Amino acid sequence: MSEEFDFFNHVKKVYRLLLLLFSLFVLAGSSLVYYMVNPGFFNFKKSPEIQIAVEELDPDRIENGIHVSTGFVDAEGLMTVVRNCTACHSSKLILQNRMNAERWNATIKWMQETQNLPDLGKNQEIIVNYLATNYPPVDTGRRAILTNIEWYELKD
Amino acid sequence: MKRRLFVKKATLSSFATLIGTEIVFGSNILDGYMPLALQDPDPFKMFSKNKEMIVLNDKPWNIEAQAHLLDDKITPNSCMFIRNNGLVPENIDVKNWVLKIDGESVAKEKTYTLSDLKSKFKHHTYQLTIECGGNGRSEFNPPAKGNQWTVGAVHCASWTGVRLKDVLEDVGIKNNAVYIGYHATDIHLSRDPKKEPISRGCPMSKALQDETLIAFQMNGKDIPFVHGYPLRLVAGGWPASVSGKWINRISVRNKVHDGTKMTGDAYRVPCKPVAPGEKVKDEDMCIIESMPVKSLITYPKSGATIKKGKVLNIRGHAWAGELEVAKMEYSIDYGATWKVCTIEKPINRLAWQHFSASVDFPQTGYYEVWAKATDTNGIAQPMLLPGWNPKGYLNNACHRIAVKVT
Repeated sequence: MSEEFDFFNHVKKVYRLLLLLFSLFVLAGSSLVYYMVNPGFFNFKKSPEIQIAVEELDPDRIENGIHVSTGFVDAEGLMTVVRNCTACHSSKLILQNRMNAERWNATIKWMQETQNLPDLGKNQEIIVNYLATNYPPVDTGRRAILTNIEWYELKD
Repeated sequence: MKRRLFVKKATLSSFATLIGTEIVFGSNILDGYMPLALQDPDPFKMFSKNKEMIVLNDKPWNIEAQAHLLDDKITPNSCMFIRNNGLVPENIDVKNWVLKIDGESVAKEKTYTLSDLKSKFKHHTYQLTIECGGNGRSEFNPPAKGNQWTVGAVHCASWTGVRLKDVLEDVGIKNNAVYIGYHATDIHLSRDPKKEPISRGCPMSKALQDETLIAFQMNGKDIPFVHGYPLRLVAGGWPASVSGKWINRISVRNKVHDGTKMTGDAYRVPCKPVAPGEKVKDEDMCIIESMPVKSLITYPKSGATIKKGKVLNIRGHAWAGELEVAKMEYSIDYGATWKVCTIEKPINRLAWQHFSASVDFPQTGYYEVWAKATDTNGIAQPMLLPGWNPKGYLNNACHRIAVKVT
């Protein structure tokens, strides 16, 4: 009698264990399926939501004498420069540099020889004029003084 | 909600095309990340850079550090400059990535997968100073064309990889080998697939040095994408352009490598000194090899105000291309007098060395602390700009910081 009872008890235990394992399996399985569908859900580190500006920026907008989308000075020849010079490289590359007409011309020649820049025709003169007028070299001597120093109190 | 979901899906698929793999669990990495097409590119996020890094150019990416960002002994990714000549590769298939060794001077062409390289050859780790040849260009007068680097195009990270010489030995090199040249998967700005943005190299003597690595790790992790993942040639002490990123081929040449930016005036300086602004013919320009002696004060940041009577502790790094720094000095009187700094030995050859000093100021007022390193050949940094050259390379003039004593 007690042996039979023992056996019955064991079966019951095994049954419970199997049931538990099965439910765990189902739970894990459904979580994985959920994760596949919605992978961000288990990422508890919530990041601030990103808003995307859908407003169309006017590519030709000028503010305070500066062409907003490139940073170029608004002067004669601006749009010719924008159209011809910012397709392959950033306007930042131009804005960093200061050259006279001869060297701006040499730079164009270099880009034609090595960077697949096509012939600019009569636009070349307009472009070089614009660059040499608005971005000419500045004499900085053999060593410039420190400028734009941001003063702060040093604590230790 | 629908739109946001669409945007997120779009983000993931764009990123997938960008990196080629790893999309399934991408949502974790990409939380808050938007691809270029959908927003103003934020290079700081995209490349995990410190917000104080300076973007010189965004097409191609060129970003530099500031002196005080380079205070770490081992430069972390966040403060490493980026110098790209072309667009970053668009498809990196790590599983099928191979490095091919070819050229006139190999016994027989051979290719290695990433796992071949990692399993066949012994791994080595070195901390290596890598400085852009044009670091400091912004100071030249008349100005030189190109990205106007100030002081921050230098880093000294820890690189792990296999020795180029071990790989070349495995391939078999002929006696007539002169130079190696790398080729990589970055994209020319014009998107012309026949053009390489850059393909430089070094003479065999540099290629065969113990410290010249084909690296697959930086600071103990996979090399960051923008710094050359999955393979980068690393040649410390030479212009950073020798350390080619995203490399998939190395040619062993029987002449000086003639790849893009090896010829003409690129990474070259006049063989003989010239006057500022002078025209120099291509044939009178010589390839830059070892970088010159140089140093940076990385602490404190320029602009420190301190109270009278307080000692100012300064520190920084110094390096000397192929050589070591033998002496480090500072001056608070524009070079009228110099005092010695403590300078440590490099952790290994071609790694920068750390210096420090305690500076006393005689009275209140405006000061500049100038730092000057001298190499083992007795050559020191100039206080003024070194010899002018058409492309504005090799400016190793002393670094200085402004200090006010009140």
